[in-house]
Amino acid sequence: MSEPLFEVTDLQVSFRGRSGPVNAVNGLSYTVMPGQVLGVVGESGSGKSVSSMGLLGLIRDRGATVTGSARFQGRELIGMPDRELRSVRGREIAMVFQDPMTSLTPVYTVGWHIAEQIRAHESISKKAARHRAIELLAEVGIPDPARRVDAYPHEFSGGMRQRAVIAMALACDPALLIADEPTTALDVTTQAQILDLMLRLRETHGSSIMVITHDMGVVSEIADRVLVMYGGRAVEAGTCREVFHTPHHPYTRGLLASVPRIGGEKLHRLPTIPGAPIASSERPTGCAFAPRCAERHDACTMQPLLTGDGHLSACWLTAPEVPA
Amino acid sequence: MLGYTIRRIGAALFVLWAISVLVFLIFFATPGVDPAARIAGRNADPATLEQVRRSFGFDAPITTQYLKMMNHLFLERDLTSFVNRGSRVVPQITDALPATLSLVIGAAVIWMAVGIAMGTAAAAWRGKAADPVITLLGILGVSMPVYWLGEVINLFTQSRMHETVFRWVPPLGYVAPTENPWQWFLHLIFPWLSLAVLYAGIYARLLRGELIGALREDYVRTARAKGISERRILVRHALRCSLIPVVSLFGLDFGALVGGAGLLTEVVFGIPGIGHLTYNALQNLDLPVIMGTVMYAAFFVVLANAAVDLFYARLDPRVRHV
Amino acid sequence: MTGDVLLKATDVVKNFPVRGGAAGRRGPVVHAVDGVSLEVRRGETLGVVGESGCGKSTLGRCLVRLGEVTSGRIEFEGQDITRLSRRRLRPVRPGLQMVFQDPYTSLNPRRTVGEIVAEPLLVHRRGTHAEIRATVADILDRVGLTAEQADRYPHEFSGGMRQRVGIARSLALEPRLIVADEPVSALDVSIQAQVLNLFADLQEQLGLTYLFVAHDLGVVRRVSNRIAVMYLGRVVELGPADRVYSTPAHPYTQALLSAVPRIDDGTPAQTPTRERIVLSGDVPNPIDLPSGCTFHPRCPFARDNCRTERPPLSVDATGRQVACHYPLG
Repeated sequence: MSEPLFEVTDLQVSFRGRSGPVNAVNGLSYTVMPGQVLGVVGESGSGKSVSSMGLLGLIRDRGATVTGSARFQGRELIGMPDRELRSVRGREIAMVFQDPMTSLTPVYTVGWHIAEQIRAHESISKKAARHRAIELLAEVGIPDPARRVDAYPHEFSGGMRQRAVIAMALACDPALLIADEPTTALDVTTQAQILDLMLRLRETHGSSIMVITHDMGVVSEIADRVLVMYGGRAVEAGTCREVFHTPHHPYTRGLLASVPRIGGEKLHRLPTIPGAPIASSERPTGCAFAPRCAERHDACTMQPLLTGDGHLSACWLTAPEVPA
Repeated sequence: MLGYTIRRIGAALFVLWAISVLVFLIFFATPGVDPAARIAGRNADPATLEQVRRSFGFDAPITTQYLKMMNHLFLERDLTSFVNRGSRVVPQITDALPATLSLVIGAAVIWMAVGIAMGTAAAAWRGKAADPVITLLGILGVSMPVYWLGEVINLFTQSRMHETVFRWVPPLGYVAPTENPWQWFLHLIFPWLSLAVLYAGIYARLLRGELIGALREDYVRTARAKGISERRILVRHALRCSLIPVVSLFGLDFGALVGGAGLLTEVVFGIPGIGHLTYNALQNLDLPVIMGTVMYAAFFVVLANAAVDLFYARLDPRVRHV
Repeated sequence: MTGDVLLKATDVVKNFPVRGGAAGRRGPVVHAVDGVSLEVRRGETLGVVGESGCGKSTLGRCLVRLGEVTSGRIEFEGQDITRLSRRRLRPVRPGLQMVFQDPYTSLNPRRTVGEIVAEPLLVHRRGTHAEIRATVADILDRVGLTAEQADRYPHEFSGGMRQRVGIARSLALEPRLIVADEPVSALDVSIQAQVLNLFADLQEQLGLTYLFVAHDLGVVRRVSNRIAVMYLGRVVELGPADRVYSTPAHPYTQALLSAVPRIDDGTPAQTPTRERIVLSGDVPNPIDLPSGCTFHPRCPFARDNCRTERPPLSVDATGRQVACHYPLG
């Protein structure tokens, strides 16, 4: 097995709350292998977005602290001086965010945005950067790129804009692309186009991809491995097949069952998980899912560890040894 | 686009016409107000009144009076003052224009530079000690009335400390730049500063709010993810977008000031500009001059509005294609 | 389970003037709803699906008269309500209610939940204060909220709970028809299922009829008896939910269904049977609609007459309506 590209160990992200610090991410560990697509699924408040933002120094709240370890190509990102981290952001690790409508500065052309990305990390002329921008727009499937390079973001449709954002993210050939809800604001037919595009670009650029989403369908279509998050922790991890065919954790099972499908038997009532996703400020000690779990028992007042052989789960039901 | 321009011009002309009618009616048709009585002076006998009335044409129907005045103001351009008979209104205004432009342009340069610097600094240092200090300075500037600040400045520069620190300050008044540029500058430096203090505070506060909003936008997060410097994010992304409302406000303020809104500053510092002219005309109820300055002011405000609309499209590509 | 026609829309058109156009003058218009005819039968749920900009939400609002229609006819319980004035509409209003997408912005933040639910009752003078109080308690109980929660404010609730409040408010006047516009799309998956079940329970207990507008094809299938698929302001396919999903007849429906990402959980039902059809390009501009069939520029099966002739919404033997010259077999 080759070296992991990105290895996160015991990541904690906490914010200053009204009554003491609030842990949004509470001991998260995962690895991304070169060329792999990792899907991170979770509901609101699971810490799925905060974790990646925290790693890259994108949380500007001065009451926030990020601890743990995040080794990227052998370099430790946590505690890295901002100047050095900036040379990683955009160049080695690029990000694509949810809403393509608001993620580009409205007063600049699409080409300007891409050229800015290139020139932030490489010393090339404006003309050469513009030329690269046109090539990139062509690569992500923008028709007539030589003309559209001078278009403003508002002149693009949502799908086209997300293509342009992806072109910008790929401008410096990053080793890892983190896509945070990349298709959530898009229609299904556009979503299908963008997912196809991301998979194609993985082939041509060899980038690893981390897709953060609430949509398990998207993960199932695109990811090699899945990480299911709840309450600031990973509750289950494994290959797509392992997690979706034989989910171990009660939360994963409940989540999968409650998605209304377009195929198969139409159930009279959807199975549900009682209660609501838990806010990070009112998380119980022990398993965060326990208050909503139908299978909770005495052991659940203690925090289960993420254990297993390849297919990992953080639940006392699947733990090799239940505490006495 | 052509249709839009024509409609804009039509609307502007309508506004100018409505203002002229309004001003005219206020002075000529307000019940109980008799312009002849004002001109003739207190306790004038009926014969004098009648003579004044005939001499100034007040005996004609009101619409005729209005049309005659408009004709003299805009077409013949020979409208004369009621108070100093024979003194023409239009040359008075054109003569006063350079002083007003000197005052307003100089002050505008100062307040835009200071306002943008203060607003940007306050937003960049948000949450640190400098932010409330800058905000406080801004509020202080806004809350000092121009006439009071001007008088205080004059008190120190013209009398109290005139023999020591401010020996170099010339007496109040105005010197044309064509005559002596250095004296022009010295005469205007304090008027500029006192006018700029007010606006710099307002602009700094507006810009700070806009910038703080912009720094929370998704596009700033995208810019950060690209790995560009915080300085570049602030200036090229956040400030660039925040300037759009600032510039449109600037256009309106500038238009109003050129139109004579700097009246108090001009009076306090004895600058013979449009504001000063309006002030004198109002004191004497010199209707032709009031009408002239009001029409001139309205023209600049309307012009500034149009300029802002055009410039807005340059600044914000989103409105270009509507 | 389905009965007589409760709501009937005939050739409903809704145009919006384009921004910047002078009011009252003939300028370019957005064809938001472009000639929709459909019937909602008592006791059923008619799902309306489509992508953003297809006019599904506008249609929903027009049908409950929250906006004026440009032309066409809307009948509710046999009465023509298309042009009723505000005052004449008042007695009809209680029968027709709406549930909105964002439970936060559609609830008054300064009112308690109890006051929000009581408001329509007070406006329509339904009983004494004591009676209204009892009714509110009953409704809150139905949607799964406790009487104690009636004194709290919307911001104290999670998204799912707020949507329950929105539903409770719409139930206050004992409506016959509820138009729900994306009622679960702002909610987390685990909460979505709870709210969808609530819709089903209420329908069973109160005999409600729903027009359920949503972009999520899974959600719409879950709640609907019949489904209307919209594209660019027109209904392209309308039929029983199971048939529309298992054997789509319109190429757009087929492409839409094939684009939905499936969760491959090992069961045969979730493995896509057909190859995914990725539509090229974007939805055309609704100001300048394509000629003929509006789907032809993106349709993989388009032929010459699709470019010129607009296909009518025609009924096949099984009662399914399709607007296509060459429906899929």
